[in-house]
Parts: sequence; C-alpha cells; structure tokens
Amino acid sequence: MATVLESDPASAADTFEVAGCQIGSRLILGTGGAPSMEVLGEAIQRSGTALVTVALRRVLPGVEGSVLDVCQRTGVQVLPNTAGCFTARDAVLTAKACREAFETSWVKLEVIADERTLLPDPHELLDAAEQLVGLGFSVFPYTSDDPVLARRLAEVGCVAVMPLGAPIGSGMGIRNPYNLAIIREQVELPVILDAGIGTASDAALAMELGCDAVLVASAVTKARDPGAMAEAMAHAVTAGRLAARAGRIPRRLYAEASTSAMGLAEL
Amino acid sequence: MSRRDRADVAVVGAGVIGLGAAWRAARRGLEVIVLDPAPGMGASWAAAGMLAPLSEATPREAALFPLASDSLDRWPAFAADLEADAGAEVGLRHEGTLAIALDDDDRRHLADVLDRSRNFGLSSEWLAGRACRRLEPALHPSVRGGFEIPTDLQVDNRAVVAALVGVVEARASLRRETVVEFRPGGNGRAHRLLTASGEVVEADQVVLATGAAASPIAGAPDACRPPVRPVRGDIARLKGDPDEPVLSRVVRAYVEGRFVYLVPRRNGEVVVGATSEEGGWRTASRAGAVHDLLHDAIAIVPALSELELVEVIGRLRPATPDNAPVIGQTALEGVLLATGHYRHGFLLCPVTADAVVAALLGEPGPSSVTPFTPARFS
Repeated sequence: MATVLESDPASAADTFEVAGCQIGSRLILGTGGAPSMEVLGEAIQRSGTALVTVALRRVLPGVEGSVLDVCQRTGVQVLPNTAGCFTARDAVLTAKACREAFETSWVKLEVIADERTLLPDPHELLDAAEQLVGLGFSVFPYTSDDPVLARRLAEVGCVAVMPLGAPIGSGMGIRNPYNLAIIREQVELPVILDAGIGTASDAALAMELGCDAVLVASAVTKARDPGAMAEAMAHAVTAGRLAARAGRIPRRLYAEASTSAMGLAEL
Repeated sequence: MSRRDRADVAVVGAGVIGLGAAWRAARRGLEVIVLDPAPGMGASWAAAGMLAPLSEATPREAALFPLASDSLDRWPAFAADLEADAGAEVGLRHEGTLAIALDDDDRRHLADVLDRSRNFGLSSEWLAGRACRRLEPALHPSVRGGFEIPTDLQVDNRAVVAALVGVVEARASLRRETVVEFRPGGNGRAHRLLTASGEVVEADQVVLATGAAASPIAGAPDACRPPVRPVRGDIARLKGDPDEPVLSRVVRAYVEGRFVYLVPRRNGEVVVGATSEEGGWRTASRAGAVHDLLHDAIAIVPALSELELVEVIGRLRPATPDNAPVIGQTALEGVLLATGHYRHGFLLCPVTADAVVAALLGEPGPSSVTPFTPARFS
C-alpha cells in the first residue's frame, strides 16, 4: 500500500520554505562555468529550478544578454552570492552591493580561505554572517561540513545552512555523509547541500541524508551536455527526497530473504 | 561642415571583420566606405591571432567547428593575398599548438579535451611531460603532459589589422568617424548614415560590423540590432629576444583549473591571454585578472618572468547567446550583420568576408555560414 505523503515529491507542489518564502523546486542552480547563455537557459529550464545563484563580481546588472537576462526570461528567482571574497569585510561590502544591484536582501554568503581549495574560512564566515544578519540580510552561508560551525551559523540568525559535500567544482560527491547527517539532526533551518556534486547519484544521496535542497553548478554547466545533466539532477533530487521520506531499510550483515520461509510447502 | 557621400556599401566598424569584408568587397569592384572613429583599435587590437578551430571546440560549440575549419582553410590564401596587396607581412605561422596540463587535475581535464577533440578529427597522441618539454624546453619540469594540434595557425593580429587598414584605404574609403544615426532606406531609397561631424553617407547596402559597441546606433530598427553582449578579455604582452625565443609554438595550458595561452611572435614578443569576464562596459583591466594571467604564464614557463612587460590591454568581445557569430542579411532589406565573433574574430575573418561579399553581390556564399544567419535569434 502506498504511503500517503504530506506533499508529493514528484510534483511541483513539493516546495520548501526558507526565509518565509516557498521555493518551488528543491534543486538550486549555480551559473558559473556555463559554456554559453543559450546553454545556461536550457539547463535552467530542464532542471525545473526556481532559484538560481549568480556571482555579483562576475555579472554587472544592466548588460543586455547577460546571465541576469537569462534568469529573468526563464522566470527564476536570483540568489546573489559573494563569490571571490576572502575577508568578512569584502563579503559584507559585496553583499551590500548585491542588495542594491539585485534589489533583494537574500545573499548566499561565500568567504573563501584560498583559491586552491576554495574552502570556506570559518572565522571570517561567522563574522560576516553575524554582521549581515545585523544589517537585515537573509543569509545563506556556504559552510564546511562541520556540524559545530553549522550550529553557530544557525545561532547568529542565518536563514539556512549550505554545507559542502566536497570542495567546489571537485565533483567528488559527499565525502562525509556522517557529518551531513549530524548537521541535519542538529540544525533546524533548511540544510542545502552546496558543493561537490559530480553526478546525479550525489544529489540523490544528499536528499536521502535529509537535505532540504541541493545546489548544483559545475556538475551541470561543465557536463558534456548541460541540459541533459540538469534534467538528470532534477530526477535525482526527486528520487532522493522520495527515498528519504519512504524510509530506507536497515543495513544488515547477513542476508534476509525478501520472502519469508513461512508457508513453504512441506515436502 | 556637412559632406554628403554615396557608395554601394557602407561598412560600420573597422575591426578585423569590417575591414576584411570591406577589402574583399572593394576587390570585387564595389564602392565601399568604412566608418570607425578608431580603426582596428577595438577587440582586434587585443586579440592573440590564434587560428585554432580545434583548440576552441568545446562540446557545445561543436556547431561552430565546420565554420571555423572552413575559415582556417581560407587563411593561407587570404594571408598571401593580403600580404601581396598591402606589401607587408602578417606573420602567418604553421608550427601549431601544444596543449599542456600543469597538475593532476589539469591532466585529467586535458585528457578529456583530447578525447572530445577526436570527434573533430584530431589524431594526436597524448604526450608525457618530458615529451612536451622536448618540444618546448622552456616549460616547467612539473608539466604533467599534453598533446599537439599541428593544424593550428597563428597570425600577428596587429600586422593583419595594419595591412587591412592599408588596403582598405587604398581600395575603398576609410573614414575616422563615429556613426551617430542610421536612417534606413529601402524600396529603392538608399540607407543613410549620419556621423558625429555632420557627414552623411548614403549607401545601397550597409554592413554592421560593430563588435561589442556600447550603444546601438540611434535610429537602427530592432531588426538589425545585433544580439551581442560584451565579454571582457585582457592580455599581457611580453618582450623577449627574437634570437633566443622562449617558445617555438603556441602553448595553451590548464593551470590549477584556469586556462592561459602563450603566443610567441617572430619579433620575440609573447602574448599572454586571456581573461574572460562578464564585467559590463568597464574599460580598465582588473588587477586580479592581470595577476592570474601572469602568475599562470610564469607557472608553466618560468623564463617569462625575465621578459619585459610592455603592455596590458583589455577589450570587449562581442558574444551572442550561442557564442557563434551572426553573419548575413537582416530582416531589413540591404542591411547585413557581421558581428558576434566572440573569441574567434581573426579565425573567422576570411569566411565572414567571403560570406558578406557574396551576400552583397547576391551570389551564393560559403555553405558553412548558412547556420549563422541573424534570423536564428528572431
């Protein structure tokens, strides 16, 4: 018998709430690395996403044909990010510029420690998050998979936490599912897996671990066929979400026949 | 001052595309006026002159490959013809390209590029790092490997522009003027272009080769507005000893996830490029972009750090939604577009010029251009 779910993960009605808003898709798309604006538009459409993140430093509003035009044409909401910032100071300034340019107080906060790993700098991140919350921003911090840092970010008033599965652009998937599960358990805010996705099964795993949404950028934009990969990600997110809510069976060391031996004919 | 001039064809924009088309049109007997306040000083001035259809072939730009390949085939004759007409060399070189990877991640990425390039007919084998260094001994010992693209060519972009300016001045009329208004004609009336100095140019046909020009020409109907946006590219020019060249061929490298190319000129110069920034209309180079360029160049060829940094220059490439050019007749009779060449202006110059001239004369043009008409965006 089918389990009755509150909302159907396979339908458009399976929204999630963040900062008091209903987001129409649990797949968020990053725009970096798209080979052309046409391909980006196709990927956005086939992913079914409702929220797209754009780096302020890489896009100036007001240029016709830019990534913002593509977002507008496809009707998705823009989540500006502070990519390229190394200090809390730079991130706060960039966030302020985002608010002005994009007319939104939502900001995906990225404060990077170095260019080689692109890992978040925990001190600068927490500092910037605290400042931005004080300035009235809805802060979506890109964080490591450290459960304590995730908790601290929740405590200073972020609206979601966005832990990485692996370094940005690495395509290494979710290297520490254990930490991610702890973050899920300890943080009441939406948990959005932010980085490291390489292919569809990684996105499904994130959802199975209980994430509310998944952000994918390079895995789509740098795939050989970005449109097809975007569609695959959409299916994966739905599949993972369904599986999480359906409840997986416990892992066992030894086999257990799916059909019990009871009722076998006695010969 | 008010002058009135009439020609068969007015070309707006004197970059490599506008100049190339104007020269070829004049050679076919058309009377041509070219208008540009600073001929050759736009994106063409900051190009590297690599003629590399394969190196540029990303999977989604596969549609562009036949066009790029056709144009590459036209280059040797185009260059010879231009050199003869201009009486000057344009620096066509045949040594090809060496594509290399610096670290293990870069190696994996480049191996994938090689794999994909096989679909376009490249038969090169993967070379280990030491084999790459035998070809180019100045490469850093930690280069992990790469492959050759022997069919790539290069030209000296500035020599090409200078030669084209010369032949256009000789065979047509090159006006250092800004077009401020376009009054469309049609139905037997000529199109009229008004310049900032009050000159009026009348022409039966108009070719808009305006690149990433900041603002559309006043009065130009939407039907002939090119769907382009600016994508900034910066390059650095280093001066070396022509008798002891650091490199003997073009090197394209993946360096810790970034991409850089090094183009050696016969005069010992090395062009290092290029950034790619969706930065709007900003006119100056960004410090970090120049830092990355030089850092990555020196990481793969340490000897470059001793060369003189003679110039850092950035220009805006005209990019369309699908990264391919728009070439041909617009919905407005007698108005043609030749722009959107993005990173491929020099490579695509000969085929674009031939296509534009064919369209102007009502002749069948190169079939490789057919997919790239302005109509695909309307």
